[in-house]
Amino acid sequence: MRLEYFQMLDRFVEVKADERWIKTESRVPMESPVFEGHFPGYPLMPGVLLIENMAQTCGWLVSAITGFSGLPVLAGVKEAKIRGAVFPGMDISTEGKIVHDGSGFAIADGKISSGDTAIADARLTYRIIPYPSPEFQNTMVTWAKQLNFPLQEFKK
Amino acid sequence: MSTTFDKVADIIAETCDIPRDTITPESHAIDDLKIDSLDFLDIAFAIDKAFGIKLPLEQWTQKINDGQATTEQYFVLKNLCARIDELIAAKGA
Repeated sequence: MRLEYFQMLDRFVEVKADERWIKTESRVPMESPVFEGHFPGYPLMPGVLLIENMAQTCGWLVSAITGFSGLPVLAGVKEAKIRGAVFPGMDISTEGKIVHDGSGFAIADGKISSGDTAIADARLTYRIIPYPSPEFQNTMVTWAKQLNFPLQEFKK
Repeated sequence: MSTTFDKVADIIAETCDIPRDTITPESHAIDDLKIDSLDFLDIAFAIDKAFGIKLPLEQWTQKINDGQATTEQYFVLKNLCARIDELIAAKGA
């Protein structure tokens, strides 16, 4: 995780392509400029970044099921609940499940936990827009491979 | 048994908090009911679920943008419902 660069995921740990489900894991860094302001002397992971963590986890899944044919951009967050606090050094797991694969949009449920403790959950809506360029599309596919995203699971 | 229009109107009323009695078959979802594209995604989700179909929104948008169709053909509710009925029939064929 590099919060200041919005790199919210460390690795993909499990995927069930048939169930359109995925799990990622991340460790919250001990230090980040984000914590200098949120909050001075009491570093606490901002809730919006937990939502971003779910959005990225589910976003990769949407990319995969659509064969990287378009860029999923976050369009809606519903029923978001921040149930627990996340501090520097904590490990979090994030599950994402596609609820609906529409025409030009997708809806997914995200859920974060740390051990047995529920941290956050939300329903996320994505618009799937054309990539701005073929180069950007290639960049996303390359990025997925660098993160060890199991692309082959979605080509079966 | 409720008609396609009744179900769609109920979905729109509930999703967009629009009084049900103001929604008619002649209503244009965008021009009359002022439903924006993001809210229409919620409506499309609910319609897809309710009827077991997948509204081809991308195809419709492309046709409108290319000048091959008008928004009225897809977003006046009686026309939208006709499209839904076609998709249901195609699914069962």
